[in-house]
Amino acid sequence: MTIETLIWFIPLPPILAFFLIVLFTNRNKALSHSVAVGAALLSWLGAMIVFVRAISTPDLGKTPFASSINWIPTADTWLKIGVQIDPFGAVVLFFVAWTVLMIFLYSVGYHNYGQPKGDHDVAGLPPHGATDEHGHHVLSVEPMYSRFFAFISLFAFGMFTLVVSDNLLTLFAGWEIMGLCSYLLIGFWYGKESARNAAVKAFMTTRVGDVFMLLGIAFVYSATGSLSYRDIFQPQVLHTLATVPTPIFGLSAAGLIGLMLFIGTIGKSAQFPLHVWLPDAMEGPTPVSAMIHAATMVSAGVYMVIRMFPLISLDPKTMTVIAFIGTFTAIFAATIAVAQNDIKKVLAYSTISQLGFMIAALGVGAYVAAAFHLVTHAFFKALLFLGSGSVIHGMEHGVLHTGDHKVDPQDMFNMGGLRKKMPITFWTFLIGGFALSGFPLLTAGFWSKDEILSGAFSNGNFVVFVTLAVAAFLTAFYTMRQITLTFLGGPRTEEAKHAHETPWTMTLPLIVLAVFAIGYGWVGIPQDFLGLHLNPSWFHEFVGSTLVVMPAESPFNWIVFGTSLVVALGGLFFGWLAYRNVTVAEQDKLQIPLLKNKYYIDEFYSFVLIKPAYWFAETFVYQWMDKGLIDGILHLFGKAANGIGSIIRNYFDLPVINRFFGDGTAHVTQWFGRNLRPIQSGRIQQYMLVSLIVLLAIAGLLYYLLVIV
Amino acid sequence: MTAMQIFFLIVGLVILGSALMVVTTHNLIHAALWLIVTLFGVAVLYAILNASFLAVVQVVVYIGAIAILFIFAVMLTRKEIRDHGPQLNSGWWLNVIIALLTFGGLLWMLQSWNGFSKTAADFPSSYDAVGQLGKALISPDAFVLPFEVASVLLLAALVGAVYIAFNPHSGDFRK
Amino acid sequence: MIPLSWYLIISAALFSIGLFGVLSRKNAVAILLGIELMLNAANINLVSFWRYGDISQMAGQVFAVIVFAVAASEVAVGLALVISVYRRRNTVIADDLDLMKW
Repeated sequence: MTIETLIWFIPLPPILAFFLIVLFTNRNKALSHSVAVGAALLSWLGAMIVFVRAISTPDLGKTPFASSINWIPTADTWLKIGVQIDPFGAVVLFFVAWTVLMIFLYSVGYHNYGQPKGDHDVAGLPPHGATDEHGHHVLSVEPMYSRFFAFISLFAFGMFTLVVSDNLLTLFAGWEIMGLCSYLLIGFWYGKESARNAAVKAFMTTRVGDVFMLLGIAFVYSATGSLSYRDIFQPQVLHTLATVPTPIFGLSAAGLIGLMLFIGTIGKSAQFPLHVWLPDAMEGPTPVSAMIHAATMVSAGVYMVIRMFPLISLDPKTMTVIAFIGTFTAIFAATIAVAQNDIKKVLAYSTISQLGFMIAALGVGAYVAAAFHLVTHAFFKALLFLGSGSVIHGMEHGVLHTGDHKVDPQDMFNMGGLRKKMPITFWTFLIGGFALSGFPLLTAGFWSKDEILSGAFSNGNFVVFVTLAVAAFLTAFYTMRQITLTFLGGPRTEEAKHAHETPWTMTLPLIVLAVFAIGYGWVGIPQDFLGLHLNPSWFHEFVGSTLVVMPAESPFNWIVFGTSLVVALGGLFFGWLAYRNVTVAEQDKLQIPLLKNKYYIDEFYSFVLIKPAYWFAETFVYQWMDKGLIDGILHLFGKAANGIGSIIRNYFDLPVINRFFGDGTAHVTQWFGRNLRPIQSGRIQQYMLVSLIVLLAIAGLLYYLLVIV
Repeated sequence: MTAMQIFFLIVGLVILGSALMVVTTHNLIHAALWLIVTLFGVAVLYAILNASFLAVVQVVVYIGAIAILFIFAVMLTRKEIRDHGPQLNSGWWLNVIIALLTFGGLLWMLQSWNGFSKTAADFPSSYDAVGQLGKALISPDAFVLPFEVASVLLLAALVGAVYIAFNPHSGDFRK
Repeated sequence: MIPLSWYLIISAALFSIGLFGVLSRKNAVAILLGIELMLNAANINLVSFWRYGDISQMAGQVFAVIVFAVAASEVAVGLALVISVYRRRNTVIADDLDLMKW
């Protein structure tokens, strides 16, 4: 089997797993998770083989592993679809395969496989606990266990399709499949109204972006006649697109296409102003949050921008827009994150902020830095999310122990001191948090964030540089806040006292991801770091070769390095300092209502967009047009038919046919009968009289006929 | 007008007059008696027509049997001696009209026949009408069959009349 | 000397009178009287036609004899019926004997 055929087969096991679970193994929990994890393992294996081959193939950028088929006949050509693995695709495939496998394995433990069935568990609501034979309250297994694995298998299929595709069409197909799965999975516990609303919100918000992206894809097709990357990135094609002007904002065709595709990313990667769905998406189970918001779905937005970078980077106006939105989102989300109390919401805003970093990096042209941060962020953010899920599980143990169900196991102010109760979770979460903050040298986050900052600095975008630095400081601050409140100090509630560590299916993925969170950074150490003359950064050389012209590494700058150190260490220190003695939420001085309520953007959208839309649908279309106008016309038809019917009945049927013909003939017959009957009176003289009269009449008639005539 | 014609007219008047009395008289016994007069007149008519046997038979059978039978019937079917109430139906004037029309119609049909006014042939005095009648009645190539059938008819009528008028109270039929 | 027409007129008149009697009289026996008159009129007709036709043809008289027999039997049966009806229904008014009606 050639490597190209293997690439075709990488997305296959998860979709097979989806169909198998849905059709056959739904009732059997063990079989379902085995099928799903097995499929993830197969895809991982295929991805690893491809990756190893990819990194050992020289000049992969110029001659990527590619294979395509003719699919739709279009006049005298074909629309082709196919697969392609170039260097960037290889590294993305690497992290997607690892994170997907770890999350699948984690889900087995997260949904309490092996635990008893819940006392009052209902499909559609989160499991509430069961009473085992000793009378203890323990965690109960998720009722919709197999359904979850079916959905995340479909999700994995969508992501793998997106990564291996070589054209915008199958990329968009994978994009949309993931959108669907995000709806299904955010609304996994569909019995909760908040989850339902969050699912609809996620789908609708990303849809707004998707519409523009589809327009962009259509524009690409009509401008170039093809959707394959190879055809679009031909130098002549790019040159044409860059020079053809469009009437919108004075952009060139390339710029407009880039802008429209980027709007899809704004939706999918939760950038301002379409970021509102991501915090609400925390309603889904934590593996879903890890998958969607760390490893795969939001990364897909950044992936697409990186993929289309040769096209998007042609127009400086578009690049400015991208940089602005990325930077703004980074600082905006970071400010909100410092005021959140829910452990998952902090991570959600953190994700939005880090994606802003990546988008900003692309906006200033730091292609490799953005790709590097994408990969490292996937690892440590997935680690953080899975760690938070482990923490929540531990807290739920405590809630079941004390029996007080009003305590929110996700509120950080109910936690504390979990470092002693859940050590593995603590150490891995710490590693992830340090990576996110950019702890120097040891963690992957440092290397990737540093590259972004140096890229912004060396391209001269000082506004971007400073803003991103402030955002990095806030990142470190809220991360340490989170770690302090959750793990350090003493338990603040009874529930925190009774938390305990989670099973190996949950802690093993944490450990694996922690390894990557530390180690992956070292593959991207810049060449002239600290003035030393090291080997060229493998990551930069490898991924940079995807572009036709290898981008230059940003030169090492002491200012940037110093800034990174200061913001990272300073943020961590101040975060620990401010929160080590905080016991209740009231003591937290940063609980500013504006930040806590996310700048009231949701309320604004609701007022300006959603309520008018509801009014339009409910009142205008439904009540006035549908019920009033259309149903009114139909009722008129009904009334008209009724009227005609009653007219015919009352003016024709009854008087003419019933009375005149029907009753009339009866009356006539009766009249004749009544009046002819007395002829037969039984009196023979009368009979004789009648017969004589008739005889005389006939005689006369005969005489007349025979004699006279 | 010969004497024969005058005699004929008188007989005719007697017949018709007594017939009218038959149909109009109140008292039914009188009606039966008037019938006897009519029948007698008819017998005289037969005699004028040289049908002497028939004249005698008319007197014997009709007057001697049938009229007497009528008188018996009238006696047996009245609650009182005297008939009371009108004896004619209420629409008798229509019946007059009908009768007149019938009469008129008959005459008018007859008078278009060319033999209407012919006169009688002479009756040879040696002609044995009765003997001829007798021979005709019993001769096989004449009218013996109708004669026999008529006697069977009389028998049937006899039996039938006895059966119909039989009174179970006065005699035991079944025994 | 006496034309045939006189006999025929007499028989026609007698017949009409008998018809009138049949149609008009209430008593059933009186109706039978009327019938007798009509039969006699027919007989007069027959005999006169015999006399004024071929005398050697006895058919006329034979027919008249048969009519005698028939008349006699008819009267007998008819009066027997009237008597039987009188015994049942105690009436001989023809109008009251109307059971054979609708």
